Amino acid sequence: MLGFALRRAAASIPVLLLVSLITFGLLWLVPGDPASVFLDASATPEAIERIRRELGLDKPFPARMADWYWRLLHGDLGRSLLLDRGVTEAILERLPVTLSLAALAFALATALGVAAGALAAIRHGRAADRSLMTLALLGLSIPEFWLGLVLIWTLAVGSGLFPAGGYVPFTESPWRWARHVTLPAFTLACVQMGFIARMTRSAMLETLGQDYVRTARAKGLPESRVLTRHALGNALVPIVTVMGIMVGALLGNAVVTEQVFAIPGVGRLIIGAVLSRDFPVIQGGLLFLALVYLAVNLVVDILYAAVDPRVRLE
Amino acid sequence: MSALAAAARPPSRPWRELAARLRANPSFMLGAALLAAMAALAISADWLAPFDPLRGSARARMTAPGATYWLGTDHFGRDILSRVMHGARLSLLIGLAVMIVTGLAGTAIGAVAGYFRALDGPIMRLMDAFMAFPPIILAIAISATLGGSVTNVIIALSIAATPHTARVVRAAALVAREMDYVEAARAIGASHARILVRHVLANSLAPLIVRLTYVFAIAILNEAVLSYIGVGPPPPTPTFGAIIANGRDFILEAPWITLAPGLAIVVSVLGLNLMGDGLRDVLDPRLRTPLR
Repeated sequence: MLGFALRRAAASIPVLLLVSLITFGLLWLVPGDPASVFLDASATPEAIERIRRELGLDKPFPARMADWYWRLLHGDLGRSLLLDRGVTEAILERLPVTLSLAALAFALATALGVAAGALAAIRHGRAADRSLMTLALLGLSIPEFWLGLVLIWTLAVGSGLFPAGGYVPFTESPWRWARHVTLPAFTLACVQMGFIARMTRSAMLETLGQDYVRTARAKGLPESRVLTRHALGNALVPIVTVMGIMVGALLGNAVVTEQVFAIPGVGRLIIGAVLSRDFPVIQGGLLFLALVYLAVNLVVDILYAAVDPRVRLE
Repeated sequence: MSALAAAARPPSRPWRELAARLRANPSFMLGAALLAAMAALAISADWLAPFDPLRGSARARMTAPGATYWLGTDHFGRDILSRVMHGARLSLLIGLAVMIVTGLAGTAIGAVAGYFRALDGPIMRLMDAFMAFPPIILAIAISATLGGSVTNVIIALSIAATPHTARVVRAAALVAREMDYVEAARAIGASHARILVRHVLANSLAPLIVRLTYVFAIAILNEAVLSYIGVGPPPPTPTFGAIIANGRDFILEAPWITLAPGLAIVVSVLGLNLMGDGLRDVLDPRLRTPLR
């Protein structure tokens, strides 16, 4: 088991190197000089020169690359051109906000998605199945940012049930935190909910046709136990593997949702940087999100191998 | 020779059979109808749109939907119906272009990785690296870095969508590579290029078509995000996302500005998702016969 974990971790090292190379290369995509793209046309040559120095563009390419990797090894993602602070620091400051939002959305999507998918599978071919699957497909087809705006219109500014935006930390007031994150978390959960419901349904339809379910029924187990323990329990195994991918999607979509609801998280930091062409923050933010994604998937894979010994042999 | 070859080949008409199966699939037909309706609106925008999508009338600012302006007007007095029709044209075109670029790039990368063992590792590690970034954030960063324009949006969305598509093609190519008929083709001296195109790619066509339908849908959703955030095609170009961004600040006074383009996205994406589901049911042999 430890051997598998180590091999799996070692396998992610080349990916990690490529990920950092891609983020490094982003600056290279800028048409023309990144420093003059950041500043406007009226900038003085001295100001451009200063930004070029801050971005390290005054140094030759190999030195820049060596610098980049040396700093990464020390957890240093560079310095924002705009915020007068380190990128790592800026991200960590805002991380709890994004994490609490993503965690709530994750819990919502998993709970409701699995329940809906299981119910649809049990009622296969009936009206409940059809309406739940229509809802799931609709969830996959609605643009999140638009859903957020519609929710703000109907449930916030229209009726005053929820605040239209902003954020209150959980530690300050759990009640006000909950009021602020309900709509964004639901918005964020919607797509994933549809995704999980569809996956759960097809996985459970498959397990319902398996011999062990027939055996469980034949030996006289109550139907509720057959459905939850034998059918759903086994259907959840493949779903756990996509959880890692889901975390990536949630973090990505959180960036957009934070923008809609004016939530001061990592997402708003990145979008703000994108709009002002604050390249160190864009690069640092991208790299950070990719690192989280790789780490989560590493953990998921190792957990999966711990649960299912067959995986270890591959 | 040719008579012999014709006699040896079973008289099958795969495309005609596929079309018949698709016609009998309610999900595919409903999806195709929704998409066709959106496409008809988009194509006829030049002739049927009642007003100029870019020029507003100062007297008609934020008019509610009514007899003259069916879907109302925005804060510049521009007709929302006309803007949504022209927006549909650009948004669908971008989606279509992303689907084509992703299809070509994903097929080339996936087929090479799946067929040539030595290249599989390096290519797929690179694809893994691209997939580590949330696709929408990668697209936002690339579009912002390159500068917002229709071409750059297509490039950014294609880069975000290609790795997953390459993985789908590679998986099918890996299976096909081990098939007896590929070995037979190799034995009679067929070139790598011929085997790749005739045998390996022909086999990945079904999963590829399904995947590309979803790529089209995702591209429409993500293009809207890019335009909404402000890294899409520059204003006043109407795209779905740009119209929604215009309406954002007036959601209480003039919700129609935001609602109409959003619903247009839902109809287009729902149509494509339904088509994708239908294609998957028809093309995936495991699903063709009921499991139970």
